[in-house]
Parts: sequence; C-alpha cells; structure tokens
Amino acid sequence: MIEVKNLYKSFEDKDVLKDINTVFEDGKTNLIIGRSGSGKTVLMKNLVGLLDPTSGQVLYDGRDFVHMTKHEKVMMRREMGMIFQSAALFDSLTVLENVMFPLDMFSSMTYRERVKRAMDCLDRVNLNGAEEKFPGEISGGMQKRVAIARAISLNPKYLFCDEPNSGLDPKTSLVIDDLLQGITKEFNITTIINTHDMNSVMGIGENIIFIYEGEKEWQGESSQIMNSTNERLTDFIFASDLLKNMRQVVIQNGLNL
Amino acid sequence: MLIHKYLTIFGRYLTLMGRTFSRPERFRMFLKQYVKEMAQLGVNSIGIVLLISFFIGAVICIQMKLNIQSPWMPRWVSGYTTREILLLEFSSSIMCLILAGKVGSNIASELGTMRVTQQIDALEIMGVNSASYLILPKIMGMLTIMPCLVIFSSATGILGAYATAYVGHVLPPDDLTLGLQHDFKPWFMWMSIIKSQFFAFIISSVPAFCGYTVEGGSVNVGKASTDAVVTSSVLILFSDVFLTQLLS
Repeated sequence: MIEVKNLYKSFEDKDVLKDINTVFEDGKTNLIIGRSGSGKTVLMKNLVGLLDPTSGQVLYDGRDFVHMTKHEKVMMRREMGMIFQSAALFDSLTVLENVMFPLDMFSSMTYRERVKRAMDCLDRVNLNGAEEKFPGEISGGMQKRVAIARAISLNPKYLFCDEPNSGLDPKTSLVIDDLLQGITKEFNITTIINTHDMNSVMGIGENIIFIYEGEKEWQGESSQIMNSTNERLTDFIFASDLLKNMRQVVIQNGLNL
Repeated sequence: MLIHKYLTIFGRYLTLMGRTFSRPERFRMFLKQYVKEMAQLGVNSIGIVLLISFFIGAVICIQMKLNIQSPWMPRWVSGYTTREILLLEFSSSIMCLILAGKVGSNIASELGTMRVTQQIDALEIMGVNSASYLILPKIMGMLTIMPCLVIFSSATGILGAYATAYVGHVLPPDDLTLGLQHDFKPWFMWMSIIKSQFFAFIISSVPAFCGYTVEGGSVNVGKASTDAVVTSSVLILFSDVFLTQLLS
C-alpha cells in the first residue's frame, strides 16, 4: 500500500501539485487520470523519487520514502517496477537482455536461471520468439510488453505505469490493460497507472484518482463515474458529444456498464 | 553572473563525477561495459588515428625538408624535427583534439538520447547508479586505450615520413633515419602518454556530462553534442599549455 500525505510540488514559483492526499491499495489497479498538464506525471515522478516533493510524505507500507537516505532509496527502488510512456527499453540490448538486465544487476541467480526467469516473463506477456530482436525491430505494443516483462522480472511489490497505452491502437491497449490487471492480481502488487485512456479508466479502474490543476478533485471506482455529479470529472471522461449522449442514454435507461 | 553560471556547471560536473567514481553495483556488468566501451570508443577509432597520423607524418616531413633544411643545417634536421613534432604534440594533443570530435560527439549523443528517451530514468528507478553504470566504463575504457592510440599514432606518423623518403624521394631514407634517432629522449614518449591520459579523461568525462544532463528533446541532444566537442577541445588546448610547462 502506498499512502500520499499532504504532498506539494512547486517548480520555482509555480505550484504543480497542491495538497495531494490519497491511498493506493495492494492488489488493485490504481489509476491517476487528468488532463495533459494537470500534474499526473509529476505526481508519479514524486512517488518513485525521480522528483523530490516540496513537502509532504510518500509512505510505502509505512516507510517514508521522501525522507529515506540515498542508500535506503536505492534499496527501496528494487521493490519497484516502472513502465514508461516510451517503454524506455535499452536500444543496444536485445529483448531478452532487456528483460534480464534487472536480474543481471541485482539477482544472485546463475546465468541459466536468469535466462529461464526472463523467458518466463516474456512468456507471461506473450512474447515468445522475440527474444533475439532489438527494440527498434519490434512494434510499439511489443515494446510495451517487453517493458512490462522487464518491470516484473524481479517480482516488484509496486508497479508504476506512465501512460502505458499512449500511441497504441485500441485493441493493443486492451491487451496491455488486461496484462497489467492480470499481473496485479496474480502477484498482489500495488499498481499505479497514469493514463488518459478512457477505455482503461472504465475497464480496469478499481481506484481512480482524478487530478485537476494539481489538486485531487475526485477519487472512486469506475462504476461510480457514470453517476458522478462532479462536472469536471464527467466533462473530462465524457469529453466528446458521442460519449455525452451515450452517458445520458445509460443514465435515463438505468443501464449498467 | 557569468562566473556564477560557470561555477554552477562546474559544481554539477564534480557532483556527477562523484557519482560516477563510486563502486560499481556488479563488477561483472562493469567489466562487460568496460570491454564494450574500449572497443566502441578506442578500437573503432584506430582507423581514423592511423589514417590521419600517416598523412600528417608525411606532410610534416615534407614541410621540414622544404622549409627548414638548408646547406647550413645538418642533414638529419628534417627527421629530427618531424620526430619531435610527432612525439611532443601531434600524437598526444592534436590526435586527442581529433578524437574529441569523434568520441566526444558519440558519447554526448548516446547519453543525451538515453536521457530524453527516459532510459536513464529507467536505470534510476531500478536502483542502478546510472552515472557509474554508463559513464565509468567510458572513462576507464578511454584511459586504457589511449596510450595504445598514442603509440600507434607516433609509429604511423613515422611510417608516413618514411613513405615520403622511399616513395616520394623527398629526402634520403638514411638522413631521415639519422634524424629520427638523433638525441632521442624516451621521456618525450612518456610525456606524450601522460598528457594523453589527461586528455582522455577530458574527452570522455566532459561529453558524458553534456549528454547526461540534457533536458528537452532531440534539438538539445544536438546542442549537447556540439557543446561537448567545443568544450572538450578548448579544455584540451588549455590543459596542454599547463601540462607541457609542467612536464618539460
């Protein structure tokens, strides 16, 4: 479980995050949503320590990450996996070497065991047969799956995903969503997904935090969104006329999504 | 204001070097990277070093023969001056200036691209000291391979000088040999190698700093690459003055 308490982040005189208080629960897909520039990525970077908060606390199962020593932070990070928007695979390494990298760095396994573990991870994301390819030789969706395989190779307790579906077609996005949800349940990890893909929000959002201009505007489950009275949230989720009309039809007819 | 800016940059450079020279997390991974960097930065530069050294050696010899040699000078003077120029300045300083362009832009653009595509962030999230993992093998690789490049450069420069004697018949080969052997001081060879170690550090660490600290996109990677070459070239020239004074 990750708790965020009174988190503020400012860049020079601009307040990007203002008094964020929330809890990200174990075994759930926690989603952070909001418009571009609302502070989602800054929040995630504060959670993983790529940025230091101006004030506030980030508690990993009660351990205050913000005030840890450098060494403690390094050790803490070995419990984290992260999937970046751009996948961030190492260009010079093959798919297999990318997945093996955390194992090479931190595990005491033999070479054979590391290869087996990496192959198992690739198998889990349905990427058998691509292990000898380089990141530049595979599609964006496959790159994201390699990034997932790399992130889970060390059995992390916390998984962070920064816009995992950006640049992917809707079908591939569903594959990635299913994978992330499946892995979360399978390993009972705390997964935090930063997204503005509405399919993900409605499909896998078990604990959704809506950020508006740097503040937490709303928190709840996907099933609560349809009947939410928060105008900023509904304007954001049902942005197009088509979705607005669909929502009205669903509410008027008492349908369940 | 300008001084404050440069001091800030220098402070950030020192901080990065502090992180770079820390114990590698996995020595096996460090060794793998170290060998890879020696091949990529050093071995892959041998071709250009040999090519340039050969022709510069030949040109220096021709210039010396045409402009210095006279009936009042001993016949070994062309070979002697060619050797001294090659050993004292060309094979260390000028060759490193050339390498600053090739290796410096390579390092800066590689690390800059890794930064903007979040590959460095990915390393940090994994708990890897990215500075040590990425930069230390480059610096150590360059420091290791540089003496070999200096020796190859000197030897090929002398071969170039011989080519002018045997193929171009610019001067008799015996005169050249006499000049090359005249009053040879082995210390000059060591001086060249010592100087090149300082330059190797500059051409690997400065571009690494420029690339590692890139912010923004591809335009800034290009700018970092240019800054890396310019800054390391200027620093090589400056340090050359001090090192020459110190070691002579």
